[in-house]
Amino acid sequence: MEAAALDGVTLEIRTGEIVAIIGPTGSGKSTLIQHFNGLLRPTAGEVRIAGCDLWGPRADRRRARQQIGLVFQFPEYQLFEDTVRKDVAFGPRNLGLPADEIASRVEEALRQAGLDPERFGDRSPFTLSGGEMRRVALAGVLAMKPRALVLDEPTAGLDPRGKEELLDRIAALHRGGMTLVFVTHSMDEAAQLARRVVVMHSGRVMADGSPREIFAREDALRGIGLALPQAARLVRLLRSRGMPVGDALTIAQARAAIMAAVREMRRGAH
Amino acid sequence: MELTRYITVGQYLPRGSPLHRLDPRTKILATTALMVTLFLIPSFGGLGLLAAGLLALLVLGQIPLGYALRGLRPIAVLLLLTVFLNTFFGGGEGGRVLFQAGPLVATEEGFRRALFVGSRFILLVTAATLLTFVTSPVELTDGLEWLLRPFRRVGVPAHELAMMMSIALRFIPTLLEETEKIMKAQMARGAEFGQGSVIRRARAFVPVLVPLLISAFRRSEELALAMEARCYRGGEGRTRMKELRWRVADLVAGACVAAAAALLIGLR
Repeated sequence: MEAAALDGVTLEIRTGEIVAIIGPTGSGKSTLIQHFNGLLRPTAGEVRIAGCDLWGPRADRRRARQQIGLVFQFPEYQLFEDTVRKDVAFGPRNLGLPADEIASRVEEALRQAGLDPERFGDRSPFTLSGGEMRRVALAGVLAMKPRALVLDEPTAGLDPRGKEELLDRIAALHRGGMTLVFVTHSMDEAAQLARRVVVMHSGRVMADGSPREIFAREDALRGIGLALPQAARLVRLLRSRGMPVGDALTIAQARAAIMAAVREMRRGAH
Repeated sequence: MELTRYITVGQYLPRGSPLHRLDPRTKILATTALMVTLFLIPSFGGLGLLAAGLLALLVLGQIPLGYALRGLRPIAVLLLLTVFLNTFFGGGEGGRVLFQAGPLVATEEGFRRALFVGSRFILLVTAATLLTFVTSPVELTDGLEWLLRPFRRVGVPAHELAMMMSIALRFIPTLLEETEKIMKAQMARGAEFGQGSVIRRARAFVPVLVPLLISAFRRSEELALAMEARCYRGGEGRTRMKELRWRVADLVAGACVAAAAALLIGLR
């Protein structure tokens, strides 16, 4: 009954990139990202962080776990302390940092996650809303000061506002220079946030490129149960009805493309 | 890091072997009989024969032996402790002194007794594991409920007990998977397991146990709701899709086990 969860995956993530990993359920996305910080050991092949083989003789996997921050799916289920501050401090405490350093990291991480330390710090994480809990969990990883952040379906199960707030935080982190990799089932999030999209299918990398390149291959995506972003579907539909709309992947692009098309049609009518 | 590979107690292995096809009541009764026999067997020889019998049953049930052995791993510590305590405090005196350290004296006789108790323990767990290997949780529940039915008159909630047991068995793999996930998540935050002193190790599990308990409560609430949504209200008037039926094979199997038990107990 054993099968290779990943097979022949070659992938390089460079500093400062923001990469979305998409693919149908069971395509190996979650398995792949658990290799990034050494939680899973590949049966064959290598994982290198800044050139160092993660499973080589002189590897420091503790350090790897600090450098590559991994936020699991539904991370709020891993909260366990009685206050938000203590829970966020768990990571830095495990790193053996002095108390004042831990305190300042907790403050900073909470702010990065969009939570006011004054307001949330002393509350129990279990009294917060779903979106807030998830951002506490995000802060818990940010407090380790990772060089790269890897998130597994960060917005799954959140309400629209929770989603938006979290995506804002992710975008802000990337603007601040953080390398980001996120797994998502939302083509819209991939199109909106990522500069590079990796498509996984049956444990392999099926495609790897810019959102524009990836979402140009509608048939290939449909073939494995994926779809186009809403905005791309809208402009395609309009085009099929005879409206001269250009390509778009995000809502903003679609808006611009439709406005341009409307202006052009008006000019044509005159 | 894959707990489900290490903890095999209570798992069901669907195989369709002759053992799988037996009536669950036969298998529960036979297992109980074997366990009682285990405590009545007086000699190593008898234990050896019973072990051979269990081995044959594992083969008959198409259970990979390696898999069955893995089931013993979690109890290794308990086993060692049992042997240790019995060696020194089991009250077996006489015979050559093998080892002495202060008030701790291990005699040949004491060690023999300890080994005997240890072997018995291993066989006990193996017999129980074999039962769950070849009996699906649903069958196990049905069988147990039927066997407990006569005790309802004296206030034993037969159906509820059986249902609780089957739910517990059903959730072992789920909770193991959950534990694994939570452990990984805390490891991603720099937690280390299985390092340092016993106290440190125990404390390292707090960040795992708290989320695990919370999720177990959440799951139980969801399950209760799902059962109520399908009009579950206990055993009263409940019919079953698969009725239990005794077959000739059950008679034969029962007779074989009874004969074997009698033989083993009688054997000196």
